[in-house]
Amino acid sequence: MEVSAEAKRIMVVALGKLYSSRTQRGGLRLHRSLLLTLVMKSARDMYHAAQATTESVAGGYEQQQPAAEGTTEPTGAQTELLGAASLATEKPRTLTREEVSGSPTELRRHAENKENMCPTGPAQHSRKRRGKAAMEPDFLPCKKAKLEQAICPQQLSVNSVSPGDFWPSYWPRLTITGFDWEGRN
Amino acid sequence: NYFERADIISTVEFNHTGELLATGDKGGRVVIFQREPESKSEPFSQGEYNVYSTFQSHEPEFDYLKSLEIEEKINKIRWLPQQNAAHFLLSTNDKTIKLWKVSERDKRPEGYNLKDEEGHIKDMSTVTSLQVPVLMPMDLMVEVSPRRVFANAHTYHVNSISVNSDYETYMSADDLRINLWHLDITDRSFNIVDIKPTNMEDLTEVITAAEFHPHHCNLFVYSSSKGTLRLCDMREAALCDKHSKLFEEPEDPSARSFFSEIISSVSDVKFSHSGRYLLTRDYLTAKVWDLNMESKPLETYQVHDYLRSKLCSLYENDCIFDKFECAWNGSDSVIMTGAYNNFFRMFDRNTKRDVTLEASRESSKPRAVLKPRRVCAAGGKRRKDDISVDSLDFTKKILHTAWHPTENIIAIAATNNLYIFQDKLNSELH
Repeated sequence: MEVSAEAKRIMVVALGKLYSSRTQRGGLRLHRSLLLTLVMKSARDMYHAAQATTESVAGGYEQQQPAAEGTTEPTGAQTELLGAASLATEKPRTLTREEVSGSPTELRRHAENKENMCPTGPAQHSRKRRGKAAMEPDFLPCKKAKLEQAICPQQLSVNSVSPGDFWPSYWPRLTITGFDWEGRN
Repeated sequence: NYFERADIISTVEFNHTGELLATGDKGGRVVIFQREPESKSEPFSQGEYNVYSTFQSHEPEFDYLKSLEIEEKINKIRWLPQQNAAHFLLSTNDKTIKLWKVSERDKRPEGYNLKDEEGHIKDMSTVTSLQVPVLMPMDLMVEVSPRRVFANAHTYHVNSISVNSDYETYMSADDLRINLWHLDITDRSFNIVDIKPTNMEDLTEVITAAEFHPHHCNLFVYSSSKGTLRLCDMREAALCDKHSKLFEEPEDPSARSFFSEIISSVSDVKFSHSGRYLLTRDYLTAKVWDLNMESKPLETYQVHDYLRSKLCSLYENDCIFDKFECAWNGSDSVIMTGAYNNFFRMFDRNTKRDVTLEASRESSKPRAVLKPRRVCAAGGKRRKDDISVDSLDFTKKILHTAWHPTENIIAIAATNNLYIFQDKLNSELH
C-alpha cells in the first residue's frame, strides 16, 4: 500500500514537472523530460506490481464494489487505479479530493475513455472493480491499453496519453506532443 | 529567487598552464582571472588570482521557427593550448560555440605624422618634418575579440565541448548528437555520433557528456543518461554510432528504486591526464574506470550516500536532477567533486582517504586553513561542528570545480561566488 501511494505521488509530481517545464526558458530539456518519463514509467510499473500483490491478498474486499460503469468498460489500468482508490487506507491527496467531479466531467471522461480504450483487448481484466467515479483518480494516465496495442512494449509513449484521461476539467488542456522538436514548424 | 540571478557561475576552467582561470555564468558573461607572478619578497607565497578580463560571450536569442528562447548561459569553456602570445578559448551556450581571442596590448604607437595625440588630422602647415612613430608603453589592456562563431549545428542542447589533441579540431555534443569541427571552418561540421531514434517515442537514453582522449586524437568518450560510457575510435568509421568499448556496471537489483534511472545518469566524464583512466560522476557516486576494463569501475567513491534515503524529497525539490562535475588533480592521484551545503569532496586514490570541505565566506578568511567537515545521519552521534543531513542547505550546491593542471590549486564555484584554494604546504603534487 505504501508503494502504491508513493508511486501515485511520484507520477503526479512527474506530470507537474513535465507540465511546468514547457514554460521554462530555453525550451524543453530533453534529458530532464526523459528522466521524468522514466520515473513515471517506473512508478507506474511498481504501482501495477503492488496492485497485483494486493489483489491476491484482498480479493474479497473488491467484490463489494458496485458495478456501475454502464456505457464504457474501463481500461485495465483504470480498473486497477479504481481499485487502489477504493482500497487505499492512506489519506488521499488534496488533489484527489478536488477531482471529485460532477456528472458532466464524468460523462466527458467516459466518452474520451471510449476512444482510448482497446475494445478487443486481449487481456481484458476480469477483475472489474467499478469503483465510484468520484473516487477515480483521473489525473493518472491509463497506459495499459495503449501498451497492449503497441508493437514495442517498452515505448515511453508520453504522447500516447490523452490529456483528457487525467487532467481535471479546470486545469488547462495540455497536449504533450512528445520530443520531436525538429518537426515543429 | 535562485533561478533569476544572472551571475550564477555555470562553468570553471583552468588553461593548460594554470596561469589563467575562466568562469562563465548564467548571464552569458565570461570572467578570466590571471595568476600574479610569485612575489620576490615572499618566495614561498604563490601568486594570487586577479581579474584579467571580462566580456559578454553570449546574448539571449530567440528561435522564431520553434518559438523558443535560447538561453545565454555559458555551459562550457575550454581553452586551446597556447601557440603564440594570444590566448584562445571556446565558450558555448545551448546552441552556439564561439572562439575568442584574448590578447594583451601594452604598447601603442605614438608620433604619427598626419594625426595628433587625440587622433585629429593635423593642420598640414604645422608639419615641418617627418618622424617615425615609436611604440610607447601604455597601461595594460586586455582585448577580447570573437574570432569564430560555430552556429546552427545543434537541434538539441549542447552539454559539452572538447578540444582535440591535434589542436585543429574540436567536438560539440548535444543530447543526441556529437559534431566534429575544424577550428578554422565555421560553415560546416561532421556528425560523428547520432543516437536519435527514427521514432522519438523509442528514445531511451541521451548523451550527457563527451571528451576527447588527451593524447590519441582518434579516440573520444561519451557518457549517457543510462550510466554507460562509450569509447569511440574515429578511424573505424565516419559515423561512430558503434562503440569500440562500452563501459557499464550491471545494476544491483537490490538497490532498485523509483529513482534508479535518474541517479545512475552520468553527469560528467573526464579522462585522467595520463589518458589511462576515466572519471565519471552520477548523482551519489564518483567512479574511476580503467580503459582496459569495461565490465565495472576500478574504484567507486560515495560522495553523499546519506542522500540515498532522501531521494524522494530530492526528486520533489528538483535537486535530484542536479549535474555535478568532477575533476582530477595533475598527477591523477586525487579526484574532486562538489556536493550540497557548499561542501566539496576530495578522494585520494592511493591512501583511500577522503575529506569534506566547505566553501563559504565564514570558513575562508585569507590564509585560513580549511577545516574538514562531517555530515552525520539525522539523530546520529554528533561531534561538535558536525552537520546533520536534515540541516543541509540544498540551494547551496557546488556543481563546478576545477583543479590546476600541475599544482595543488583548486577553483570552486559556489553559486555566484568563486573560491580559489591553494595548498601552500604541498604545492608539489604527489
